[in-house]
Amino acid sequence: MANTEATATETEEEKVLTDLEKVGEPRAPRKKPNEINAEELTGQIETPKVQRDVADHKPYLCKPKSMEKLGFPSELRSDWHDAAIAKMGDLLKKYKALQVYMDICVKCGSCTDKCHYFIGTQDGNNMPVARAELFRKVYRKYFTTEGKILGKLAGAERFDLDLLGEWYSYFHQCSQCRRCSVFCPYGIDTAEISMAAREIMDHIGVGQKYTNDIIVKVHEVGNNLGMNPKALAATLESTEEDLEEETGQKIRLPLDVEGADVLMVTPSADFFASPHVESLLGYAKVMHQAGINWTFSSTASEAGNFGIFIGNYGQMQKVASRVQKAIEELRPKRLVVGECGHAWRIAYSFWNTIIGPFGSLDPNYPRPQHICEFTLDLYNRGAIKFDKSANDDRVVTMHDSCNVARGARMGDQRGGQFTIPRELIKASCNRYVDMDQDTIMEKTFCCGGGGGLLTDDLLELRVQGALPRMQALHKVRETHGVNFMACICAIDKAQFTKVMPKYGIPLSVCGGVHQLVASAIELGAKE
Amino acid sequence: MSFEFAGKTYETDDDGYLVNLDDWSQDVASYIAEMEGVDMTEAHWEVVNFLRDYYQEYNIAPAIKILIKEMKKMFGPEKGNSAYLYDLYPAGPALQACKIAGLPKPTGCV
Ligand code: SF4
Ligand code: SF4
Repeated sequence: MANTEATATETEEEKVLTDLEKVGEPRAPRKKPNEINAEELTGQIETPKVQRDVADHKPYLCKPKSMEKLGFPSELRSDWHDAAIAKMGDLLKKYKALQVYMDICVKCGSCTDKCHYFIGTQDGNNMPVARAELFRKVYRKYFTTEGKILGKLAGAERFDLDLLGEWYSYFHQCSQCRRCSVFCPYGIDTAEISMAAREIMDHIGVGQKYTNDIIVKVHEVGNNLGMNPKALAATLESTEEDLEEETGQKIRLPLDVEGADVLMVTPSADFFASPHVESLLGYAKVMHQAGINWTFSSTASEAGNFGIFIGNYGQMQKVASRVQKAIEELRPKRLVVGECGHAWRIAYSFWNTIIGPFGSLDPNYPRPQHICEFTLDLYNRGAIKFDKSANDDRVVTMHDSCNVARGARMGDQRGGQFTIPRELIKASCNRYVDMDQDTIMEKTFCCGGGGGLLTDDLLELRVQGALPRMQALHKVRETHGVNFMACICAIDKAQFTKVMPKYGIPLSVCGGVHQLVASAIELGAKE
Repeated sequence: MSFEFAGKTYETDDDGYLVNLDDWSQDVASYIAEMEGVDMTEAHWEVVNFLRDYYQEYNIAPAIKILIKEMKKMFGPEKGNSAYLYDLYPAGPALQACKIAGLPKPTGCV
């Protein structure tokens, strides 16, 4: 025993970090969940004073096995510098917007205090313009004449290991929420820059564990959770039992039904986690009461698509292709997407291009359609009825998720992504109030866990990043007694239930829009 | 990452979850529980054993609702509720009990 101990200490003393480990090593040790304290809530969102490098959060590095499975180098390439610059060159050529974003920033400063991570961490590098600058420094050095000649004087910097470490840190402190772009006079979208940065990093062997492991799980098992078809079937069956116990009716959660009219694709968290599952009950009750022949698919048992978070369109396409396969297998007439923010963005803005056109689906309905639009349409046509008083114990507000608010639309009216969920909420409850105008709709604040940051190794950052949303929520709790914040995103639900207790807000305050529908819908014989 | 126990090295992920399901034994579980500050009683084992059985069958830990429901079926309503499970495993039955049961950490949008 004594021997082993001696060897252990020796190796520890001698421990030399590899270059890759240096990139992934945070300067301060990670805090345990119980050591993380949240800010006092005031209800006022204030611009913090800038501090430098206070946060230095870094997520765990992806292990070689998962990197290889995604076709990335297993470890930091020895020629990483040249490979990174070459990749940057490729991306600049491929994505014209990225090239434009590099050149047009006038440093007007209007984006600086618009990022929730800056507000929460006060770290100057979390100002969107400063985050983008980490990318631009390298761009100038290798792709502009002034940068090549004047170097630092022209704001250009050689891409070295230290800078790569900063990239790894700060491009994983961006949830790709696009709030900054709303305030930029030129519409510069820092989210696109951080996607490109992550794509370059994966390409040289520096990946993030949480996101990459999950993409691997989707390829291998079919969904983000890693729930195989057998487990999914058992879970749905168990949920049907619960529904029967609650309602006395046989409400089905069908799986893999060929020829069903509606194929429902939802985040796998809806099958598994709380409060997500409450919305699942809502979907099932709506389908049941409207008499719709519907099904889930074990092939497409995930609406989420983390390929977008790593800026890799190949991965995004591969994940999305499961939906295409499910359509071939089950031949539905309609395609409906459950409560998931980034999934809706991809479904709305990308599916038609990457897995469409959906020629086999009924052209009389949107292809695909959001579950909120689907349910509201049934309600407006009188196919389902709500008893609002079932939610009379609730005062409700709504959190707009970033990807729906700024990356997609819903229905055929401008702003439908804001009005449709709100109309549905107001149809199912009597008391509704919006949070501060600067924190909703187009200007919504991220929950703090989007863009692939919903991992416990970034928990402290997640708590800090939730600050502006928590402040706005706190305010309506004080002024209007709000006790329910309705979400249409699985990440929102997971993030809020984790961070709200740190701010002294009870878990039960966060839930889904279809959770309200589940309480309000009138089941049973129709008149 | 890894830890040493009784002269053997056990490989874990970054958060201390066993990498190999077969490395698990009651003794190793007790050791992980000790590091977690959990004192294993008969009641704790009931949960851990159920989780392992479920995992053997389905290759994933059960949803919390299923865990609660099955505990209720097996041991009655006083054990089939979330407060009871949080009493046993303060860091959360899903995360902490899975860790002690030697199952991988549940991740996704959860
Ligand atoms: S996209 Fe969102 S998280 Fe990223 S810099 Fe802009 S405001 Fe911050
Ligand atoms: S708002 Fe736009 S132009 Fe102004 S500093 Fe920010 S990114 Fe640059």
